[in-house]
Amino acid sequence: MADIDIREVRKSYGKDEVIHGVNLHIANGEFVVILGPSGCGKSTLLRMIAGLEDITDGEVVIGGSVVNDLEPRYRGCAMVFQNYALYPHFNVADNIGYALKVAGVKKAERMEKVAAVARSVGLEDFLDRKPGQLSGGQRQRVAMARAIIREPGVFLFDEPLSNLDAKLRVQMRHEIRRIHSRIKATSVFVTHDQHEGMTLADRMVIMNKGTIDQVGTPAEVYRYPATIYVAGFIGSPAMNFLPGEIAADRAAVMLGDGTAIPIPAQVARNRDRQMVTLGLRPEDLTLGDAGAGTVTAQFEFYEETGAAGLYHLLIEDLPFQVLTKEARPVQEGAPVGVAFDFDKLHLFDSDSGQRIDLRTETRVMEAAQ
Amino acid sequence: MRRAYFRNNWIAALVVAPQLLIIFVFFYWPTSQALYWAFTFEQPWGGGNEWAGFENFRNLLTDDRYWHSIRVSIVYAAGATVLSMSAALILAVFADRQLRGYRAYRIGAIWPYAVAAPAVGLAFRFIFNPSAGVMSYVNEAFPGFWDPILNGDHALIMVMIAGAWKQVAYNFIFFLAGLQAIPRSLIEAGAMDGASILRRMRDIQLPLLAPTFFFVLVININDSFTDSFGIVDTMTAGGPARATNLMVYKIYVDGFRGLDYSGAAAQSIILMLLVIALTVVQFRYIERRVHYT
Repeated sequence: MADIDIREVRKSYGKDEVIHGVNLHIANGEFVVILGPSGCGKSTLLRMIAGLEDITDGEVVIGGSVVNDLEPRYRGCAMVFQNYALYPHFNVADNIGYALKVAGVKKAERMEKVAAVARSVGLEDFLDRKPGQLSGGQRQRVAMARAIIREPGVFLFDEPLSNLDAKLRVQMRHEIRRIHSRIKATSVFVTHDQHEGMTLADRMVIMNKGTIDQVGTPAEVYRYPATIYVAGFIGSPAMNFLPGEIAADRAAVMLGDGTAIPIPAQVARNRDRQMVTLGLRPEDLTLGDAGAGTVTAQFEFYEETGAAGLYHLLIEDLPFQVLTKEARPVQEGAPVGVAFDFDKLHLFDSDSGQRIDLRTETRVMEAAQ
Repeated sequence: MRRAYFRNNWIAALVVAPQLLIIFVFFYWPTSQALYWAFTFEQPWGGGNEWAGFENFRNLLTDDRYWHSIRVSIVYAAGATVLSMSAALILAVFADRQLRGYRAYRIGAIWPYAVAAPAVGLAFRFIFNPSAGVMSYVNEAFPGFWDPILNGDHALIMVMIAGAWKQVAYNFIFFLAGLQAIPRSLIEAGAMDGASILRRMRDIQLPLLAPTFFFVLVININDSFTDSFGIVDTMTAGGPARATNLMVYKIYVDGFRGLDYSGAAAQSIILMLLVIALTVVQFRYIERRVHYT
């Protein structure tokens, strides 16, 4: 068992810095998911924790000791790789037991442990097979078993589910969650799949171009995205964005078509004439007749998702989506009204991309007055 | 595998013709000539021959000198192969670790393959010369330690080292390619599992290198039987007292110096059969133990 502390960690390849001073504390037994698109540095960060990449600057501390210069084998981490990285010339039992063999555990004891771990992941009938004779899901289980058998303080997952088909992925996700509640090792899970992140994480870390944009529980990240980037990345279908400008005299955000979206007067006064981006989740919107609602949009096409319907609209030539269960027949190109729920607005500073938190900002200013 | 089909067989024939022509002119024709000569008595100055049946082979196989040449060839092949493969493997393992300057090092290690065999022979003749070369300093300290001119064992070792040195480059390329084809993540998984560098080498890299190792082994053994002429000719000319008279060199000496075309042709046939037999044996009995993943 161990906690992980990442302090001002940087990584450069030659002159290119790919991770720009990251700070993160992961508590003992916590399941943290690092989420981000490919190339954001999430795998590099994980590999620096594992000891597979050198740390250019900063410190990684595991269980209270700085591990920057320690070989992977002295860090007490187990890792599940994206392509499983099973030893093709070993059978399943030898793959699972290799770490124990290296550690000098006697064969009888080793085989007993291998059998127990294999049973726990449903592999007891495949111990004699070579990895080449297994299906994708079984290989994934071998990779998991190989990590579990070491009883590590820290579990590292590098996109372990991305090579599986959709159904198996969900199944393995649940299995990982189950294993975690059983062995309670500190876990760091890297993925680009937000569903994986939302469902697995105690806390999520959203990375963007080598920096951390936000750290929070899945609900926090969904409800209060800290930047435009996080807002657009989390949530499916993705959040709608509309450009606007704050007008203090109207206590509102003015959209391109002249619509005024009311915001607290203190915030508006403080940020008069500032360019902002309005964020609206498709599921927080409702449709109405043209002219009713907050804005009027042009209907483009309709997408059935089963549980609900996704209406693709255009507002001032910007794509805009509404997710609703209500069936509403509309002609292509016809105008349609969209009603906003003003409690569920997200407002971002267009220049910095940072969230303007209407409630806390109002509260802070009231307290200051 | 992708296959192309030709609707017109003439075009297909035309496309493969140059290749077939080359194989015919440089392999089938000389081989069939050698086969014919091996069963006849050819006259040294040309003009007529006489059917001999197996007489040429009988003469060879009852000749102690021929058996001696076979023994020397086997020792040479074994020694040169072990020497060059182990040296190449060590070099490739270092190059694979991609330490600083490994690119320059890699080029340096490949270079010897571009040097012609007689040039290698000349260079090593100087290095190993007991009275003028580098080894003369050793001889000065320990008189009589090294004398390939008079001592047959020393001469054979010298030829082996030169032959191995030339082959190291070729083996190095294959070993390095084989090592680099092993997925990096496997080695990283080994590191995470707690294995040290040497342990990973033994348990993961070397077993996965086995197919490459086998291929290189076959090539090296065959090469040391058939391609050692240039080195022997420049370094020892088969001596002293036939201590380095490898089969391929004896063919040349008997054929072109002794003008015994028929005997040389019969030796060529035997050498060819030996190489074929070795290759078959290696494929039948060693390949099975190699895990192809």
